[in-house]
Amino acid sequence: MWRMIGVRLLSLPAIMLAVALLTFALMWASPYDPAATYVAALTGQDGASQEVRDAYAAAWGLDASGPQQFWAWLTNVTRGDLGISREVPGVPVTRVLLDRLPATVLLLGASTVIVLVLSLVLGVLAARFRGSPIDTGVRMLSYVGTFAPSFWLALLAVYFFAIWGGWLPAGGTGDVRTETGIELRYLILPATTLAISQLGWFTLFVRDTLLDRMRDDHVRFAEAQGASRTGALIRSALPNALLPYVTLAGAHLPELIGGAILIESIFGWPGLGNLARRAAVSVDVPLLLAIVLGGAVLTVLGNLLADIGYRLLDPRTRRSPA
Amino acid sequence: MTAFGLLRTPDRRRPLTGAARRVARLPGAVQIATGIVVVLLLAALFAPWLRPMDTVTVDLGARLTPPSWSAPMGTDTVGRDLFTLVLHGLRVSLLVSAAAAVVAALLGGAIGGLAGAVGGKVDAIVMRIVDVFAAQNHFLFGLLLVVLTRPLFGSVVAVTLSVAVTHWVSTARIVRSEILSLRSRPFVLASINAGASRLHVARRHLLPHVVQALALTFVLLVPHAIFHESGYSFLGLGMPPTRASLGNLVADSQRSLLLGGWWATLFPGGVLFVFCAAVGTIGAWGRDRLDPRSRSELEL
Repeated sequence: MWRMIGVRLLSLPAIMLAVALLTFALMWASPYDPAATYVAALTGQDGASQEVRDAYAAAWGLDASGPQQFWAWLTNVTRGDLGISREVPGVPVTRVLLDRLPATVLLLGASTVIVLVLSLVLGVLAARFRGSPIDTGVRMLSYVGTFAPSFWLALLAVYFFAIWGGWLPAGGTGDVRTETGIELRYLILPATTLAISQLGWFTLFVRDTLLDRMRDDHVRFAEAQGASRTGALIRSALPNALLPYVTLAGAHLPELIGGAILIESIFGWPGLGNLARRAAVSVDVPLLLAIVLGGAVLTVLGNLLADIGYRLLDPRTRRSPA
Repeated sequence: MTAFGLLRTPDRRRPLTGAARRVARLPGAVQIATGIVVVLLLAALFAPWLRPMDTVTVDLGARLTPPSWSAPMGTDTVGRDLFTLVLHGLRVSLLVSAAAAVVAALLGGAIGGLAGAVGGKVDAIVMRIVDVFAAQNHFLFGLLLVVLTRPLFGSVVAVTLSVAVTHWVSTARIVRSEILSLRSRPFVLASINAGASRLHVARRHLLPHVVQALALTFVLLVPHAIFHESGYSFLGLGMPPTRASLGNLVADSQRSLLLGGWWATLFPGGVLFVFCAAVGTIGAWGRDRLDPRSRSELEL
């Protein structure tokens, strides 16, 4: 087990290095001229003189060759310096990222809780009342959640709850002077619409796995001994069904990051997803790369935690090598 | 006739002749889904004849009119007919997504097939590359790729490539493990023992299985490709406004929505949803048919 953890953690820098290399290679191959775009954006005119452009290129280190730029980036990163943001002018990238981290952690955390709790509740309900209207309803909802684009559902939710009903705010974070900086009711729509994109899946998974496990000998034995159907389901079938659920959660919850880009943009959420969109629109590659690398870390850690959890929970895997 | 023969339902032994009979045997949900897919594909294919794009005019007198007979999906904030825009948007969305899914399936099939068939060092190197791509968040990494490759290839190719490059890994893994398991099956070993060449084994025994798996991953990939394409277009980083996809339309609809025009959001996204759900239903059915044991591969 320790060996597995070590191998995975050691592979992480290699993976990040590969992504950075690919990024710089593509930047190098691209005819896109960052300096010209920045100058045009800053001065508001396209025809800035060549000297101004060159000065900017020199200031950003863009006049160096591709490999030199990569090397400079790499040595800076190892010192914890991600450079100066272009999207948020004059502020170090690390600072920009840290400023926006709490809002994203809050959003992802809330969505994770919603996905885990609701999928278990709905999945158990659907499995317990298999074939009933409850089951049909849960399955229909799961289908909608899985196949409806999250940004579309989010917009419809904004229309229904904010514009038409006026019950919830359409976006923003409320009064920034409150203690958390974000009022809870501003969190409801973004967190729920983000959660729905993964919820359908998790719910169907719980339902199907539970129904499979209900056919296991020990569950039927428990029922034969007089346990109620609900009791057998929760006490005998659910623990076994939860094993693969842990793996699924570790592998799929990091996917919320992708949805967060869309959801944060819709709701004007001051997090990393919104920042990623802005970085993409203004072609601030170093900033976007930093966020992508962060996403990779989260994905690898999610999978690793799931595997560790699986091994801890399942006695059969405990003594197996590696 | 044996006892087992008697137990079979007579229906099972009826020879499969004609596409109609095959369709009639499908589960109801799959029939409906197939119907929806066919209708939407035809609508996208014949969009220029059904509702020519040049009939779309900015009509400020007909701003944000609700759905009616002349404009079944209403009009947007500048009075353009949404039904026409949706038909043409569907065309763009489906073209890009299908292209991306094909490239992803072929790329994954080729790489996974190579790794599985050659093995050894090639396999080890391929699997390390797979690790790099598998560690990425698809949408976020794809966004970086779109931004980087757009100046090189233009938006359409950049989005197609970005979706393909972020989605080939699952296909490669499936094809590789399929080939690895096939390689040790008795019928393949028998063929090798009987002196069959590598090419013969690959063509006669490996390819038919792999093609099935590839077709299935293609179907399962399509909804994902649509989500990614429409997502990037929604952010303003995908299709250009001149080739507006359904994602662009949903993004544009935000203005209408604030003015109470729910139809401008509901219909473009709704068409997207219905198509993805139908394709997903067919994909789920295909997966159960191909491998009843694996349940949790609905996504990729």
